[in-house]
Amino acid sequence: MRYLPLTDADRGAMLAKIGARSIEDLFRDVPEAARLKGPLDLPRHQGEIEVERALGRLAAMNVPASAGPFFVGCGAYKHHVPASVDHLIQRSEFLTSYTPYQPEIAQGTLQYLFEFQTQVALITGMEVANASMYDGSTGTAEAVLMAERVTRRKKAVLCGNLHPHYADVVATVAGVSGMTIEIGDPVPGGGANLADAVDAETACLVVQNPDFFGNLRDLRALAARVHEKGALLIVVVTEIVSLGAVMSPGAMGADIVVGEGQSLGVGLQFGGPYVGLFATRQKLVRQMPGRLCGETVDANGKRGYVLTLSTREQHIRREKATSNICTNSGLMCLAFTIHLALLGEEGFKRLARLNHEAAVRLAEELSAIPGVELVTPHFFNEFTLRLPRSAQAVADALADKGVLGGVRASRLLPGRKGIETLLIVAATETNTDDDRAAYVRALKEILA
Amino acid sequence: MNEQGRPTRLEGAMPTPSEVRTFSGHRGLDHDEPLLFESGRPGHCGVDLPAPSLSHDRLGGLAREGAIGLPGLSEPEIVRHFVRLSQKNYAIDTGLFPLGSCTMKHNPRLNEKLARLAGFADIHPLQPQKTIQGALALIEELARWLMVMTGMPAVAMSPKAGAHGELCGLMAIKAAIAARGEKRTRILVPESAHGTNPATAAAIGFSVDAIPATPRGRVDVAALKAKLGPDVAGVMVTNPNTCGLFEDEILAIADAIHGAGGYFYCDGANFNAIVGRVRPGDLGIDAMHINLHKTFSTPHGGGGPGAGPVVLSEALAPFAPLPHIVHDANGLRLVEHEADAREEGLNPFGRMVAFHGQMGMFVRALAYMMSHGADGLRQVADDAVLNANYILSSLKDVMSAPFGDTGPCMHEALFDDTYLKDTGVSTLDVAKALIDEGYHPMTVYFPLVVHGAMLIEPTETESKESLDRFIAVMRGLAGEAKAGRTARFTGAPYFAPRARLDETRAARQPVLRWTPPKPAEAAE
Amino acid sequence: MSETRFTKDHEWIRLDGDTATVGITKYAAEQLGDVVFVELPVVGKLVAQASEAAVVESVKAASEVFAPLSGEIVAINEALADDPAKVNADPEGAGWFFSMKVSDSGQLAELMSADQYADYVKGL
Repeated sequence: MRYLPLTDADRGAMLAKIGARSIEDLFRDVPEAARLKGPLDLPRHQGEIEVERALGRLAAMNVPASAGPFFVGCGAYKHHVPASVDHLIQRSEFLTSYTPYQPEIAQGTLQYLFEFQTQVALITGMEVANASMYDGSTGTAEAVLMAERVTRRKKAVLCGNLHPHYADVVATVAGVSGMTIEIGDPVPGGGANLADAVDAETACLVVQNPDFFGNLRDLRALAARVHEKGALLIVVVTEIVSLGAVMSPGAMGADIVVGEGQSLGVGLQFGGPYVGLFATRQKLVRQMPGRLCGETVDANGKRGYVLTLSTREQHIRREKATSNICTNSGLMCLAFTIHLALLGEEGFKRLARLNHEAAVRLAEELSAIPGVELVTPHFFNEFTLRLPRSAQAVADALADKGVLGGVRASRLLPGRKGIETLLIVAATETNTDDDRAAYVRALKEILA
Repeated sequence: MNEQGRPTRLEGAMPTPSEVRTFSGHRGLDHDEPLLFESGRPGHCGVDLPAPSLSHDRLGGLAREGAIGLPGLSEPEIVRHFVRLSQKNYAIDTGLFPLGSCTMKHNPRLNEKLARLAGFADIHPLQPQKTIQGALALIEELARWLMVMTGMPAVAMSPKAGAHGELCGLMAIKAAIAARGEKRTRILVPESAHGTNPATAAAIGFSVDAIPATPRGRVDVAALKAKLGPDVAGVMVTNPNTCGLFEDEILAIADAIHGAGGYFYCDGANFNAIVGRVRPGDLGIDAMHINLHKTFSTPHGGGGPGAGPVVLSEALAPFAPLPHIVHDANGLRLVEHEADAREEGLNPFGRMVAFHGQMGMFVRALAYMMSHGADGLRQVADDAVLNANYILSSLKDVMSAPFGDTGPCMHEALFDDTYLKDTGVSTLDVAKALIDEGYHPMTVYFPLVVHGAMLIEPTETESKESLDRFIAVMRGLAGEAKAGRTARFTGAPYFAPRARLDETRAARQPVLRWTPPKPAEAAE
Repeated sequence: MSETRFTKDHEWIRLDGDTATVGITKYAAEQLGDVVFVELPVVGKLVAQASEAAVVESVKAASEVFAPLSGEIVAINEALADDPAKVNADPEGAGWFFSMKVSDSGQLAELMSADQYADYVKGL
């Protein structure tokens, strides 16, 4: 076995030192009845060639996003990741290190966490950010639980245009902890009346911006209403690149911002691992879940970084912790940090602008096709079309022509009336003019 | 004779290294690296993107105005920055990482390569299902391996980490109890448990009742039985436990909790010790999370991402969260909604995550399992246990092993600080001295049930020679401490990129992000 | 002002009329190490004897502080927000946590005197 260094001679010598007759001797605390007698009913070990061949065969059964015109979004977006990102995150010292519990020999990890926290705070327009969550959806549930701790109120109101998976995660996780979760009806064109749903019992209002259908919304008036009621405004951003072009949630009055960072550095990966961004106001920091990195000095007065405020966490507070979370999404958070560092101020804004342009062009050309209506008036890089027939049939027909043209709304909102014909379409900097032309041509043919 | 050229011998008095102050602030290969925000300059960029060309927008008047404050740097500067940062980290690839309870084993690079195949890395979770049949097949295959290894009939694949798996398992228990029309509110958790166990139970509204340990480092079964009652939802036991010991009365624990109408949750963090040797399904367990980043070698990545699938018993299986994968006429199909699930006879308690789980980790874990096979996986457990016992046997005469005389340990060896009594050296000092010796410290001060704990988990991927070198260092340090030569301990580490860091200062006046220097300072 | 009394959970309480000042003992502060944060109750909160009234955090530990007597919180030590080190420097003076209007001063008799507490600590 290529991964196991001990030889039989080593094993014999070690057993002798231990004073055991056999390996079985070392398992003597296992009750006889519970010992596995024979081998597991699984294949024997295989070399690199065989494993690579077998998994390669499974990989080849899938159609990668880069294989053709690709316009699928809804919470995960295809972006170009610079080559240096994946090289750097595979550095042994990043890839195979542990949580930085020994800061003297983990300054590399700690410093990039500090840089990540700063980047997240800057782009969200918030004062502080943590060292990341598992992903956007679990981060949203944690934000709702945090709002409960801050306000000591038990009800959360979720906008109906929040990504349905996110809403389900909140309902599952915050619901089981005893909170009441009210979920509004989806309004594909945006502009749902949310202010009236917030009352004196409400801990928080959760809105996504851009929302599930792609709509952008000015949240400032809403934030004021939410704050009047003593509740918190939680803003969810599933397409983090939008923050290069759109006013930040912090500037619009958010109290907590949760983001899915997948768009920067991480890649699609069939849904995970991703990286959750979590930012808030300084005064709420002690109620914030997750790891935090802070600056300090060492015994020689040199600047360094440590994990801090850990008394909020499970390994110290146990059943009184702010959350049961004990990891962040370290390596994905590093990928995010490197990608955003490469972009810098200019690159980030330009990337956002290019995404918006790709979507505007596509939306305008697709909605010019007879029978196709653009439902979302204001958007970033994702928009919703109303088609003259079932979106499922159209999406399937597009796929047959090699165009992955979007997500039918009914896949995530099953059983809802009036959405069977809605198709949610995303465009990014990776889409070429040819991709767009292929989409327009294919849709025309299908609807003709 | 030519007397010119490079001197080959040092002459004259030499200062000690600490007396040399460098102009750069670097010390040889140890570079003092500023923050990105302190190095960047406006106008620099590490990517080349085409210029935008559209004259109108559809942002509805919400265009961002003003500067964000992100620094600009070119690609070579960025690469150098992060390479320099990486060089300040200790990692498994650089040395033995005996962090107990964390299973820091070798991370095979084949796994990294396969996870990056476009057919896995570049597919979208919401693509049409006919375009991702291979991805679903991989998840199914991994699920099958997990079920066979654990002897359990079902597995929930979506939890994103061990603690997330605990949440999933306890929610399944809560759902099963509700489905029986009962209300049970109490969870029993041993004092030696990982902090996540009580935190998870509390997070979903259970009250936590601690069970003491016996002098043999096991769950006190009599105390556990005394706490059982109609309000007990379940018990959470780590096995092998956090003292590195197999819970030898585990069958009695399972019978007791089942007899009281509760469920048995097992923290599977230490599955590495028993894989291929013991199937949790044969121990009466109802739910157990599996840390793919421990037992199955997916990289820890400096603190994630992990993955925590949860195997479930017959009783809990119907309540597993969405999504499920089913076989139908067209192949494999994702069941993504409650209504669909009910048609399949399932009763999911909800959804833990957007999409379908940690696919990137699934690929790596399956590659690891296939590489080892049934024979290799059993050898993993054998060698992990052998290595830990070798350390225990080689150190218990000079250190103090509180359970060293009660029999073999499993995959990790536990010591306490009795041997340091009156030496002026603490467990923390030993840990920091190990840094100077070129090792990552063991887990310290956990589990809480022994004083000044040092928990050493070598894993199966260390050679005997590597263990011998480590043992020699531990024996040397023990000897120095007992001889009263404490200088090497009190200021340690001396040879790390940083000396001990002031955690009190970090917590009292938290500085959690970079902020631009104030204009007055900047002008100086 | 009455004498200072002590609890087994290492709080001290000093009664002045019907108002009492509460903090943690020197022993507790030493055991915790460097205090980095104190979570204080809101003024006006009613607390029952032995119920959780505050949380004190050091780098490595967090402990609940229990109300030695029943009553209503009337003031909190705002200075601890900026300078939690006061708890270590002067635990039984400037490092006080909160003061409360006591509803039943009779409960005071159940608590330890300074000498009793010193003996109690010695036995730990």
